[in-house]
Amino acid sequence: MTETEQPPRTRQDFENTLDQSDKRVASFESKHSGFMDRAQHFLHGNPTMVPVIVLMISLLIFGVIANNFFSAFNLSLIMQQVSIIGMLAAAQSLVIITAGIDLSVAAIMVLCSVVAGKLAVELGVPSIIALPMSFILGAACGWLNGFLITRIKLPPFITTLGTWNVFYALILYFSGAQSIRGADIDANAPFLKFFGNSIPIGGAQITYGSILMVLIFVVLWFMLNKTAWGRHVYAVGDDKDAAELAGIQTNKVLLSVYVLAGLICAIAGWASIGRVGSISPQSFYEGNLNSITAVVIGGISLFGGRGSIMGALFGALIVGVFQSGLRLAGVDVLWQVFATGWLIILAVAIDQWIRKVSA
Amino acid sequence: MSTPVLKARGLVKRYGRVTALDHADFDLYPGEILAVIGDNGAGKSSLIKAISGAVQPDEGVIELDGKPVQFGSPMEGRQAGIETVYQNLALSPALSIADNMFMGREIRKEGFAGKWLKQLDQAQMRKIAREKLSELGLMTIQNIDQPVETLSGGQRQGVAVARAAAFGSKVVILDEPTAALGVKESRKVLELILDVKSRGLPIVLISHNMPHVFEVADRIHVHRLGRRHAVIRPGDYTMSDAVAFMTGAKDPPPDNEAA
Amino acid sequence: MRFNKKFALLAGVAVLSMGGAASAQDAVGACLITKTDTNPFFAKMKEGAVAAAEENGIELSTYAGKIDGDVETQVAAIETCMASGAKGILITPSDSRALAPAIEQARNAGALVIALDTPFEPADTADATFATDNFKAGELIGQWAAATLGDAAADAKIAFLDLNPSQVSVDYLRDQGFMQGFGIDIKEPTRIGDEDDARIVGHDVTDGNEDGGRTAMENLLQQNPEINVVYTINEPAAAGAYEALKAMGKDSQATIVSIDGGCPGVQNVKDGVIGATSMQFPLLMASEGIKAIKAFADSGEKPANSEGLDFFNTGVTLVTDKPVDGIESITSEEALTQCWG
Repeated sequence: MTETEQPPRTRQDFENTLDQSDKRVASFESKHSGFMDRAQHFLHGNPTMVPVIVLMISLLIFGVIANNFFSAFNLSLIMQQVSIIGMLAAAQSLVIITAGIDLSVAAIMVLCSVVAGKLAVELGVPSIIALPMSFILGAACGWLNGFLITRIKLPPFITTLGTWNVFYALILYFSGAQSIRGADIDANAPFLKFFGNSIPIGGAQITYGSILMVLIFVVLWFMLNKTAWGRHVYAVGDDKDAAELAGIQTNKVLLSVYVLAGLICAIAGWASIGRVGSISPQSFYEGNLNSITAVVIGGISLFGGRGSIMGALFGALIVGVFQSGLRLAGVDVLWQVFATGWLIILAVAIDQWIRKVSA
Repeated sequence: MSTPVLKARGLVKRYGRVTALDHADFDLYPGEILAVIGDNGAGKSSLIKAISGAVQPDEGVIELDGKPVQFGSPMEGRQAGIETVYQNLALSPALSIADNMFMGREIRKEGFAGKWLKQLDQAQMRKIAREKLSELGLMTIQNIDQPVETLSGGQRQGVAVARAAAFGSKVVILDEPTAALGVKESRKVLELILDVKSRGLPIVLISHNMPHVFEVADRIHVHRLGRRHAVIRPGDYTMSDAVAFMTGAKDPPPDNEAA
Repeated sequence: MRFNKKFALLAGVAVLSMGGAASAQDAVGACLITKTDTNPFFAKMKEGAVAAAEENGIELSTYAGKIDGDVETQVAAIETCMASGAKGILITPSDSRALAPAIEQARNAGALVIALDTPFEPADTADATFATDNFKAGELIGQWAAATLGDAAADAKIAFLDLNPSQVSVDYLRDQGFMQGFGIDIKEPTRIGDEDDARIVGHDVTDGNEDGGRTAMENLLQQNPEINVVYTINEPAAAGAYEALKAMGKDSQATIVSIDGGCPGVQNVKDGVIGATSMQFPLLMASEGIKAIKAFADSGEKPANSEGLDFFNTGVTLVTDKPVDGIESITSEEALTQCWG
């Protein structure tokens, strides 16, 4: 490379006029002024606030219109009632943040509880061994989903629709379509019902299951927001190709998400034994849809990459609050279903509106 | 002539019956801006992907600082010091500027929190991101936690270039950095490119925009039919000449470096 | 539309030819279509059908919906069944009304259709219904509960744990039967919730499983913590209700009654979880159904209803360890030898 004379650098003539133009190319423009604009920007930056606000408002309204609603006991009861769906929603959130969907969460959960029960109650395996085995099973189910999605390149919806049926058939196979009774669990493997225990605080009954649900959310929140793995999960859901180019091993991240989701389902399976009191192959058939409902109401975008996992917790609580509130207000069951439907639509509409902020 | 930072000889890449690279050569010297131009389908992207590690050539050798290298993935290329700013920027729109700058090479906290909880040192990452953006005169971006999707096209390009410049120790490759931008923002990005160059990093600039190429490039690599067709200096030829070489309307000069 | 006609023609030909093939082999085909295959009740039904089919030389195919209410799968099963040339269909309809057109087609094609367990609406949609008298089943536990409470029955606080919001026949028959037995004015007998008796705390739905039973019980206890009688649609819901009562320390204050006669349910009667349950006999429904198809194939004779009912009653028996005078019952010990699942 010789030091030859460099040709003079000339700007294009037509660009000279740029000197007079606005130089603030890289400045954040705060030209939005109206209340709606500001609200939109605020919610864009704080997506969890939508469900929090909805939760607060619904608590207030039901507190006024429904008898016995606003008692410590009833609030702790709502926590209990949503705890299992809440845990499934936590697992579901992970998957949905990656722009996927997991229709098999509830099936994995029930399968794990059935297998744990089969081992511990019927075959006499100590709970301390049976439970970890069920966790491994849950993780393996998740791994199967992840494997099919990342290696065989099947869409998550189709994959988990398929595995949902597969796991469901296994549930029938292992359970013989028969519940394991609470009394038999108490007699042979009481530890399976550990999460049914509760701590009385004032008038409230906080079950271990409720605490576990909150704990799962807090741990996942930390993982998603405070670790590199979590940032990668969001990046994969946001734009998989971009993440790949930015050097993320996207398939590895996706696989880890499905495995973790499966593991959480297995833990939820254990907790469900405490909640339901028996091991029932027929319970939670709609758990997958209910978990998706909680996630959506929680403001987590089905398009991936957006929303805080805490939103799913609030989403699950909102559904619980509505069901309890409407129930106590003496509203017929079908209107509870009706209300949940509108909540979903409203949540998605708000999500779409918030997303437009970037456009 | 000094040793090229990055040198490739006889690169071949076939996709089925299509030959994207047909014994292509490539040289990038220290401290220069090398523009790569070529018609659509001439194999520019394949060339860039081959030297950045995104694809593995079927034949040929690549040398970085005189040592032969083989990249199995873009990550390996990156670890060797070659940073690429792709046309789609490889940014995650919903994530913050800081998150994006450190995507894939996050910094963990010291001690227990970092080692066992794998907690990130977000304060540190924000600080560095802010510094890097300031160095390139981009610190009019006020909020480092702002999601990238709220930035303008030029600002996003700025973040992507800043990321490349911050981590690219040997080479920065820019793929069509001005293609999607308006006049004003293109100008800003060109200045950014010269800024990066002034800090001693050699740059490979792939562009269709002849005025931009002639303005900033020290040398121009003309790619045609899967191979290096000519290398010219902007001072020696006009834009029309460059286009003529590119399209095959004119033969390259006999004394050109590509021969 | 031309396509549809052609398709119908093809389907018809297929039915005819397959029917021909079946009769050539001289084996009578029959289908059993259950609501789900999760519920052990249907598993027992299937067991009865399979055994009876073997005995009577009938080729049996079995189908099941995915969940209770899964009409599409059942319609598809009916179609498949007809295409295979079956002589008779035993079905537990997931929806008492929605399946009528498909049933009509099957009957027009010459098949004998027998509803098992759940009647159609109207009941003559099918050729016959072999079922538990669900109203009677409810009535038995209602009478038992009232007799057990004695004078306290006048101030009882009753929770009703029903099936789902659709108010299908099995749901209202059992619910209203219980009320009748307990001495509550049931008003419209096909309508749950139109009663105004002050002893009713409320109704909630359970989906017939433990989880739903628990949640529903919790909700009703929130409305009135004094609940002392709990009617449940089935035994899994009863098990869930018991867990809720136990968690709130009210398991000794309330008596749970249920319907089904599944082995875990009977065991729960034995353990004192459930006070009394009405046992039904799914195995009998299916085996009688198969026999009826055999008779129909042999002689064209269709089964007759039980006297005074619009269905063939396969019987119901009260199971309790606390028998009361005037109501016939068996102990849980005896019941364990007859239970299903």
